[in-house]
Amino acid sequence: MNVHEFQAKQLFAQFGVPVPRGKEITSPEGATAWANELNTPVFVVKAQIHAGGRGKAGGVKITKDKGAIAGLAKELIGKTLITHQTGPKGRTVHRLLLEEGANIAKELYLSILVDRDTGWPTFIASTEGGMEIEEVAEKTPEKIIKEAIDPAVGFQGHNGRNVAFALGLQTMEPAVINPFVQMLGNLYRLFMEKHAALVEINPLIITKEKTLVALDGKVSFDDNGLFKHEDVQKMRDLNEEDPLEIEATASNLNYVKLDGNIGCMVNGAGLAMATMDVIKLAGSEPANFLDVGGGATKDTVAAGFRILLKDPNVKGIFINIFGGIVRCERIAHGVIEAAKEVKITVPLVVRLQGTNADEGRKLLADSGLKLEVANDLWEAAQKIVKLTGKAA
Amino acid sequence: MSILVNKNTRVVVQGITGKEGSFHATQCKAYGTKMVAGVTPGKAGQEVEGIPVFNTVVDAVKKTDCDTSLIFVPPPFCADAILEAADAGVKLIICITEGIPVNDMVKVKRALHGRDVRLIGPNCPGVITVDEAKIGIMPGFIHKRGVVGVVSRSGTLTYEAVHQLSTLELGETTCVGIGGDPVNGTGFVDVLPLFEKDPETQAVVMIGEIGGDAEEKAAEYIKQHVKKPVISFIAGITAPPGRRMGHAGAIISGGKGTATEKMKALESAGVRVVKNPAEIGHAVMKALGR
Repeated sequence: MNVHEFQAKQLFAQFGVPVPRGKEITSPEGATAWANELNTPVFVVKAQIHAGGRGKAGGVKITKDKGAIAGLAKELIGKTLITHQTGPKGRTVHRLLLEEGANIAKELYLSILVDRDTGWPTFIASTEGGMEIEEVAEKTPEKIIKEAIDPAVGFQGHNGRNVAFALGLQTMEPAVINPFVQMLGNLYRLFMEKHAALVEINPLIITKEKTLVALDGKVSFDDNGLFKHEDVQKMRDLNEEDPLEIEATASNLNYVKLDGNIGCMVNGAGLAMATMDVIKLAGSEPANFLDVGGGATKDTVAAGFRILLKDPNVKGIFINIFGGIVRCERIAHGVIEAAKEVKITVPLVVRLQGTNADEGRKLLADSGLKLEVANDLWEAAQKIVKLTGKAA
Repeated sequence: MSILVNKNTRVVVQGITGKEGSFHATQCKAYGTKMVAGVTPGKAGQEVEGIPVFNTVVDAVKKTDCDTSLIFVPPPFCADAILEAADAGVKLIICITEGIPVNDMVKVKRALHGRDVRLIGPNCPGVITVDEAKIGIMPGFIHKRGVVGVVSRSGTLTYEAVHQLSTLELGETTCVGIGGDPVNGTGFVDVLPLFEKDPETQAVVMIGEIGGDAEEKAAEYIKQHVKKPVISFIAGITAPPGRRMGHAGAIISGGKGTATEKMKALESAGVRVVKNPAEIGHAVMKALGR
């Protein structure tokens, strides 16, 4: 789960990581009121959406004129921002962060995540603040500093010093070395205690006043850890999520919307991905990833149908089930019952394999439903692609 | 021969009185696995399908000499359950549970480091040595004893591959599900040497997916150490970046962990990579010259 920059900064403040004074704003009136209270020489208005590249897309405004703030807020709220991370449709701005400006002397990059290779939480730092870190890693890998933290003992001062000196803080600004080491300790605590998946500060700045400030902030959370943190759950912004994905989550389905036109419904995540791949191999594109889980029933299949059919791009549906513990004839009953409840208006191919597959296929064939039955994965994929008008 | 588990493996099921635990303990027992004990705190003295239940894994080990644990404990208590098994002296821990927080697994993995214990999973279907021991949730009947070792990050996709191997009369030795989580106990590189050493295994099917670099690491290892033919399928060539595809570990982040990258690495290590998951079985036939 992702949260907004203003929420990330609230968490930073809570864990003793310095941030600019700022507040979430949802109206021009609110903006004026907070601008009066802030009373700073430079104001920064930042659109809050779950995507990077906001500055280039016109989502960040800087002004010295307090009187201009309401106008800027009015301009940004409701605006659609298109960045390299939003896709061509862009995202509508519902809220802003209004904060004080800072005197930047130097910009750095800092983040922490679990290195999947070692299984240890690892800081990544660079002198190239404000840049896309992937780009830095690609072009100048020598500028990437990594420091792994032993989870058995947690963050130690030397971990922080290793990063500080590798960055060259001693020549940049020696006064910030100790605060920097302390900041890393605080970020490690935030990362572990809140079950974060990523904490990123880009840029982390050294100000002309010789202090450190997290000028931007991004925090994403491990969905599996959310049950431990009610405060984090409350930060969820449904405006930032696809409505079909929200509906799927409510039905306990694992759904990711894609841009193709063959809807697929599969049991198991790996097989669901493989099904998408095989649709592409057969000459078309998948409309989604949908894992109905190990215990697919009539209700989950019906919920799956409803979600797939709400996507106007879907021109055909491919159900691919490998019956293991779940028996295929039960799935077949589920499909038949669900198809009665939900009016299916597009071609449907059902591939059943595994436990009691023959029985399941017979039930489907005799059901009078307009569908094609298959037993082989490749055969099924070719069938659905052909039925939706694209030859393999 | 086989790897990891066999007909002598003695299994304790942690979380045996739960819905999943009792169902699968029963299924494993019916397959012929030696299911000798179960653990649910506070339920000692009960039985599940004739399997005695204990309060702690220590008690289960003392009374039944179990050497392998199969875990169905829910995510909030699962890290504790894994560590309990390790502390009780269990040598192989197979964790089925899906949804354990990553940062909990970080601590578990660190705590197990350097100890004489192997963790498989979490979020995996388990391990089966065909006709000897089924320790997990996979359907036993699709397997057929044969010559192919299978190692995979996915559940149903593994069944798909196994089904093809069995239908083509190639059959399997042992199938190991290493799980779909970003931090897990056992990787491809841990299982590959076991298959390489196993005299009965003639070829290995390795099923990977997007996210992380376990497949790239495996490619490096295969290049240096594996002489047996390896056939691989990588799921998720159509998966978009930045989106989690069901499994917590199946995500392309920062442009890393794409299926294309993994296929390239494996191909350069001499692995036969199949693009069509329906072709896995045939590719093994070809590799074995049948």
